[in-house]
Amino acid sequence: MIRFDDVTVTYDGAAAPVLSHVDLHVPEGELVLVVGRTGSGKSTLLRCVNGLVPHFTGGTLRGRVTVAGRDTRTHPPRELADVVGVVPQDPLSGFVTDLVEDELAYGMESIGLAPDVMRRRVEETLDLLGLADLRHRPLLSLSGGQRQRVAIGAVLTTHPQVLVLDEPTSALDPGAAEEVLAALQRLVHDLGVTVLLAEHRLERVVQYADRVVVVPGAGEPLVVGTPAEVMAHAPVAPPVVELGRLAGWSPLPLSVRDARRAAGPLRERLEPLAHDAALRARSSMHVVDGEPAVVVEDAVVRHGGVVALRGATVAADRGEIVAVMGRNGAGKSTLLGSLVGLHTPSSGSATVCGVPASGLRGRDLVSRVGLVPQEPTDLLVADRVADELASADRDAGAAPGSSRTILDSLAPGIHDDIHPRDLSEGQRLALALAVVLASDPPVLLLDEPTRGLDYAAKKRLVATLRRLAEQGRCVVLATHDVELAAEVATRVVVLADGEVVADGPATEVVVGSPMFAPQVSKVLAPQPWLTVAEVAAALAAS
Amino acid sequence: MSSVKHALGASAVPRWLHPLAWWAWALGLAVVVSRTTNPLLIGLVVAVAGWVVARRRPDAPWARSYAVFLKLGLVVIAIRVAFTVVLGSGFGSTVLVTLPSLPLPGWAAGVSLGGPVTAEELLLAVYQGMVLAALLACVGAANSLASPARLLASVPAALYEVGVAVVVAMTFAPQLVQDVGRVRTARRLRGRPDTGLKALAGSVMPVLEGALERAVDLAAAMDSRGYGRVGPMSTALRRTSGGLLLLGMLGICAGVYALVDSGTPGGIALPLLATGVAAATVGVLLSGRRSIRTRYRPDPWALPEWIVAGTGVLAAAVAIAVSATDPAALVGQVSPPAWPQLPLLPAAAVLLAALPGVVAPLPPGMMSTRGTAPAAGRRAPEEVAA
Repeated sequence: MIRFDDVTVTYDGAAAPVLSHVDLHVPEGELVLVVGRTGSGKSTLLRCVNGLVPHFTGGTLRGRVTVAGRDTRTHPPRELADVVGVVPQDPLSGFVTDLVEDELAYGMESIGLAPDVMRRRVEETLDLLGLADLRHRPLLSLSGGQRQRVAIGAVLTTHPQVLVLDEPTSALDPGAAEEVLAALQRLVHDLGVTVLLAEHRLERVVQYADRVVVVPGAGEPLVVGTPAEVMAHAPVAPPVVELGRLAGWSPLPLSVRDARRAAGPLRERLEPLAHDAALRARSSMHVVDGEPAVVVEDAVVRHGGVVALRGATVAADRGEIVAVMGRNGAGKSTLLGSLVGLHTPSSGSATVCGVPASGLRGRDLVSRVGLVPQEPTDLLVADRVADELASADRDAGAAPGSSRTILDSLAPGIHDDIHPRDLSEGQRLALALAVVLASDPPVLLLDEPTRGLDYAAKKRLVATLRRLAEQGRCVVLATHDVELAAEVATRVVVLADGEVVADGPATEVVVGSPMFAPQVSKVLAPQPWLTVAEVAAALAAS
Repeated sequence: MSSVKHALGASAVPRWLHPLAWWAWALGLAVVVSRTTNPLLIGLVVAVAGWVVARRRPDAPWARSYAVFLKLGLVVIAIRVAFTVVLGSGFGSTVLVTLPSLPLPGWAAGVSLGGPVTAEELLLAVYQGMVLAALLACVGAANSLASPARLLASVPAALYEVGVAVVVAMTFAPQLVQDVGRVRTARRLRGRPDTGLKALAGSVMPVLEGALERAVDLAAAMDSRGYGRVGPMSTALRRTSGGLLLLGMLGICAGVYALVDSGTPGGIALPLLATGVAAATVGVLLSGRRSIRTRYRPDPWALPEWIVAGTGVLAAAVAIAVSATDPAALVGQVSPPAWPQLPLLPAAAVLLAALPGVVAPLPPGMMSTRGTAPAAGRRAPEEVAA
């Protein structure tokens, strides 16, 4: 269905090719998962499939890419619209119309299908993706998961034989991600659509893939194999695979269900250790006694007519890492925003280091609390890394060079002259963190920090957060990433509809929750294990 | 009769009214407003438009712009009055208050700052401001009853691609506002001033960068979805349609010029204009044959459309007729100030234009979304992050 023959892609002005001598053949009806670090050429590979590379992006493509027998050399993207459907990373940026039903019809109108065919296909697609209730809704009023499903539906109506998706679940909460993946699963199984999917969150998708393509980057050859083959040797893997490797299970489990069936003996071995481990694992926290660093008390925050927080009460001490979880729109971002004074509670209070956050401005603010927003780039304004760091020092009133020192400790080797936009996601997050930490705030807030991060960058982030907490900072992060929360959080707060529905040690809150439990905990439940590292340490100690 | 009943009965089924019908209705009301300075008649038009909007407005983002148009109208009235107070016109005799007058140099003769403020000139300013505000209200009503994107769907195929560019540009404005908010937030998080001129200058670049990035994303998405696919077209046909368009445009320009310029012999203007319009129309139709686009569920033009558009056109026609036969009835009297009389015939026609509030079909989704959506707790992340 998709065939790459000796494909080499070089962008204009780039010294080395992004992809070199790629040979890949994807037969009909396969779901292929594309993995690789940020900047490895994953997106380039995906965009080659419908000819966006090089017709739209420029650059030189040597070799040949054919899709359903059509050569992308002679077919620009619009001539491939009826065989390849491309779902962009941010669905909102690709919407052309403003109503769900019109959006579904747009692609068919462009390729000139007959009205009765269009009518039938819109209805079929509404049913297929469970969108029938939303048909008259404006696109802007949809939730993240609904938008993603509409974006998939919008390309499906032209009946493409190939579907290409770039990180379809990275911005979604676990529930919405399930919705989207279930829809994809149905397309592959029932309609025989060939799917090419890039995703960092392996733990969510690897079990659905027929084959995995690893794009190592730097022009290295691709690694292609079944998920089990690739995962057996991959340097990074989802927790369930790592647990399987640790326990020596064969075949290597890819889903929680497979692992759970193999985990009986391991659970027995761990049974006597479980109690100690739960205590010990979290004893490394350095909670500093005294006044809590962050207190939100009975806060009500409204955005227009929408109540984002309705009487939420949360407190956090220095030395704690608190993960705030909950579905999209539960009020997580608003909670963080109220702690830096972006939202003023209409009743109740939000205080940082004993001072109401809503009145804080300028240096008073940055010396008490720092927030890294969902899009770290928002914080970055300069054209060069060096200028960015220098201005951060000035804003904070810190000695010149102090933020550079912080950056080097977070992510060494970022050159002074690079434009912040050219950094990888992980490096950009590190730069934004360095900027925020320049004023040495005792409270650090992060909104969805792992969005777009690959496993390696995530590992570094985990280490960084632990170090910051050990230094006596209070870290609060809003996240969908259950594995991250399991990894670092000393306490988990679950929000729903602007209210706190659970607040307690990570082990108590996430174990047994179908939505927020990490994979290890799902495999080993009811024992309170959260991460592979904990299990490994306990086994080594016994 | 039974067919009329049937057609109106069908209007009980929610569907989108043809956008051109709403625009014809709203422009009809706008014509009424433009022909009068009678505050009662203007007020009646605004009331009628507002009532119809309240009854037939869909639950969609673009429909929320109506309030903005109304507020803009109030601002216009305020500005108009302020100008009269400051600049004055020296018209009328009932002096309400005398402001200190500022002598201006000789070259500014004819303009005076301050001086006496009369009731007559104030009243005139209010009436004229009301006309502008009511025009805005009419446009706002059309804008919130018919989505700009749906209006676009009814343009001829040859102009479609240009139309898409316009609509995309229009949706960028609200996103730009969101971006400005985000950048201001970021400035505040870095401990910098987030208000004032300097902050504004500092946020221009990031906002433009964001807009550009989104534009590129959207272009890629549209390209991947077949935007701009064309069918084969012979060179001869392409040249013919291009030539006709060019000739048509020239004809229209020359015709309009001849119509306005009193020196040109009268007989030549209208034929020139008609030929130009004809040539341009044929050109557009010809080049439209190249487009392979089809339309998904085009809005039909049925009885409700005729009624909606008809009431608007009728109101306009009555106003034009009355202004030709009895112009005094449409003028709000200011000198001496007098309580205005409501001219019966135009008022009846305007009242009739409220009929769409009953006969136009409800927009789809109004029933269902009021009941079930937006699903609790599943709000768009932007709303909460904002």
